[in-house]
Amino acid sequence: MTNDIEKLYAEIQKGNENIIAQAISMVEDGTKNGLKLMKKIYKNVEPAYMVGISGPPGSGKSTLTQRIVQLWRKQNKKVGIIAIDPTSHFSGGALLGDRVRMNEISTDPNVFIRSMATRGSLGGLNSSIYDTVLIFSLAGFDYIIIETVGVGQNEIDIVKLADTTVFVTVPEAGDEIQAYKAGLMEVGDIFVVNKSDRPNSQQMVLTIEQLVSFKDEDKEWKPPVISTNALKNKGISDIKDWITKHHDYLLDNKLLKENRKQVIKAQMINLMEKTLNEKYIKPILEDEKFPEHIEQIYDKKKDPYSTVEELMPFD
Amino acid sequence: MDKKIKVLIAKPGLDGHDRGAKVIARGLKEAGMEVVYTGLRQTPEQIVRSAVQEDVDVIGLSILSGAHTHLFPEIMKRLEESDREDIKVIAGGIIPEGDHKELKELGIEAVFQPGTPISEIVEFIEKEVK
Ligand SMILES: Nc1nc2c(ncn2[C@@H]2O[C@H](COP(=O)(O)OP(=O)(O)OP(=O)(O)O)[C@@H](O)[C@H]2O)c(=O)[nH]1
Ligand SMILES: [Mg+2]
Repeated sequence: MTNDIEKLYAEIQKGNENIIAQAISMVEDGTKNGLKLMKKIYKNVEPAYMVGISGPPGSGKSTLTQRIVQLWRKQNKKVGIIAIDPTSHFSGGALLGDRVRMNEISTDPNVFIRSMATRGSLGGLNSSIYDTVLIFSLAGFDYIIIETVGVGQNEIDIVKLADTTVFVTVPEAGDEIQAYKAGLMEVGDIFVVNKSDRPNSQQMVLTIEQLVSFKDEDKEWKPPVISTNALKNKGISDIKDWITKHHDYLLDNKLLKENRKQVIKAQMINLMEKTLNEKYIKPILEDEKFPEHIEQIYDKKKDPYSTVEELMPFD
Repeated sequence: MDKKIKVLIAKPGLDGHDRGAKVIARGLKEAGMEVVYTGLRQTPEQIVRSAVQEDVDVIGLSILSGAHTHLFPEIMKRLEESDREDIKVIAGGIIPEGDHKELKELGIEAVFQPGTPISEIVEFIEKEVK
């Protein structure tokens, strides 16, 4: 089955869940057939609308995701969710726990949830995230939500994929917001202060409104700051409506196309880095002579610059 | 990129404790596996659909309530109906010795007693998934 690319493609298009799930695994594991499948998909499939949900750990991203999806389901939209959690650098394993807050939608036949670990891509983002977006798009999903824990550069790269990025924070995140404001303000299209049942939430809304007002004065899009209580289902339809408004804004200003070209560029850089790593760097590292270079540099018989020039003669 | 072992840790039944399940989940993560955790009170339908969508290699069922005798057959039946009887199922928690044989006959690969070292579970999974 998984050897017949045409068949795989057709089954994904029909919405066959086993095959969608296995196709995503093929792509994640970088198998030959996964590659063949993606070659076909890239040339035939228009990506569905991508919404990124990002923010500090525990801010309520998964709970909000579930609530937003429930509203889209009322409009009969089909939704794919990619819930990303970090891979541990120590063990290579990952704990993927976002489903815990999505149990109300987990048996909806028109919702597909896939948890995914970041896995050790060299830097930048793991190319299987966007590949999964395309697989979902082929399967006919109208919206795709990408949930990531957002603080570092890696997460910002993931967020840049999305057409609309919702940045979720909580009333008590004041110090974090100050620390990350430069990066985060750059990528948020919509800001959410969740857990409005907690003290000082109005204060936080004002703080973010102020930060946002400093950004890109010339840009036409003024990011809204929305107060929500995901547990009580308050403010969720505001998020949904603002996503639609942002979508319209991107379309009206021909920015959607631009974003997608940026995504393609990021994907290219990614693949080039991966190729470079696998075809050039890994064989050098695995070569039995490699430790000798280190010894010689340590003994000051060589320097690392000349050694790399010699190992990778690129001119 | 290399293949990683992916495991769903699921808690069927109505009991309200998941400390044990979380310890196992963390242990498997530390052994390099990708572990999906879905929380308390999962129905067989939720468990099997999660396993399908996540394309896991193994489902680990953790149960304290004694409801395994009717929940486990339902899970196995749904896995078969979903064409995913290739996914290995293991179980742990409080399951009387007397029921182990019946569960094995259902197709559950192993039943681990409370206090089983994580390393033993890791070893078992690695051997099964190969
Ligand atoms: N008081 C309150 N608690 C909330 C609200 N929204 C979510 N929570 C709780 O906050 C905790 C974290 O929620 P999640 O949805 O898992 O948060 P998350 O951002 O997805 O977490 P990670 O994916 O682990 O980073 C859970 O215990 C939720 O029940 C809210 O509006 N008010
Ligand atoms: Mg989450």
